[in-house]
Amino acid sequence: MAAAADRPRRIRVQRDGPLLIEGPVEVVDEHGEVTVSDRFEVAVCTCRRSRLYPWCDTSHRRRERRTGTAADEGGRT
Amino acid sequence: MTSPSRHRPPQLPAPRGPLSAAVRAALLGAPPPQNIPEDSPAYGDDLQLALYTLYELHYRGFRDVPDTLEWDSALLACRAALEDRFLTALREDVPTTGTTATAALDELQVEPTADPDGTSVSFFLRDEGTLDQLREYAALRSLYHLKEADPHAWVIPRLHGRAKAGMVAVEFDEFGAGRPDEIHAELFADLMTDLKLETAYGHYVDAAPAEALATVNLMSLFGLHRALRGALVGHFAAVEVTSSPGSRRLAEALRRVGAGPAAVRFYTEHVEADAVHEQVVRQDVVAGLLESEPELDADVVFGVRATTYLEERLAARLLGAWRQEATALRGP
Ligand code: FES
Ligand SMILES: [Fe+2]
Ligand SMILES: [Fe+2]
Repeated sequence: MAAAADRPRRIRVQRDGPLLIEGPVEVVDEHGEVTVSDRFEVAVCTCRRSRLYPWCDTSHRRRERRTGTAADEGGRT
Repeated sequence: MTSPSRHRPPQLPAPRGPLSAAVRAALLGAPPPQNIPEDSPAYGDDLQLALYTLYELHYRGFRDVPDTLEWDSALLACRAALEDRFLTALREDVPTTGTTATAALDELQVEPTADPDGTSVSFFLRDEGTLDQLREYAALRSLYHLKEADPHAWVIPRLHGRAKAGMVAVEFDEFGAGRPDEIHAELFADLMTDLKLETAYGHYVDAAPAEALATVNLMSLFGLHRALRGALVGHFAAVEVTSSPGSRRLAEALRRVGAGPAAVRFYTEHVEADAVHEQVVRQDVVAGLLESEPELDADVVFGVRATTYLEERLAARLLGAWRQEATALRGP
């Protein structure tokens, strides 16, 4: 989803989750610090809970003390 | 780093029973087995290894086995019989009624704050895993991670429009986004080197219990059959959705036991990458597929649930061994 030069860069917004922006992306924080990601699509944290801020690390998710089985065991892809 | 020998086809695995022995013999020239014994358990070592061995013909093949056997009709018939047994068992064990793809994936997105029942491998490894247990975990996962994202590439010609564009974009990222040393399978090899494991493809197959083989066979099964494209997409979504938080715990586990930066890097990269992949897979791949083929909703659910089911079986096996301070690997 590389941004074509002849159309505006698309940002996807959602109520509970990151902004999705076509990469590469540079984020400048209030102290002027720049963080760069050249991923094809970048998830920018909006909840401010991410430990990888400014990138989303799924910390925005609803959390629950749970019983039952593990939902986190899928490998990774 | 890539050394050429690492990518050589592996040796045939050691048989674990009559079926896997017959498949091995067939690859060395004997006639393939005609029928599958009724009493061979669908998730057992013998059947899972026989199936795993036949699937490998579509990936790297084996040393001393002709590449052309990939399309040998008798071997394909044998594979079909094994797949039928595996798929029938999964259909029985994995309920798909009373939910939707959206709901099944939403469930996976609720993040546990703790693991009170002690069923989670990543919580266990984070909190009390030893270096040896992390090495075992990596050895077993290497069956997949050294071909990471390969099984899913087969679905590409079966997708269209938004689903295809999203799938290819994520796969591009998995394959290093144009940089060979960033291919996720290579990052995993770097992790293995860091943990002083053997990085040759297929090296740990003999050490892998049936539960580990089954998780990889599931991807091959879904990937190789166009009829199961919905299940493949569901499987892929389930993995991407659950990967980020689990990857963070594994990165913490590796740091705690003093593993090197390359080992930690594989998982920290997945915290960040899979937070993006999850979004693209849900919004473009799953939603795009179901927009054009809404009748596949139950198949997507099946893919999600079958993944969770087999991962829970593997988790039970690993934790069962580790809690008794035993190895989770099969002996020689
Ligand atoms: S939006 Fe995902 S961690 Fe903040
Ligand atoms: Fe991923
Ligand atoms: Fe990956």
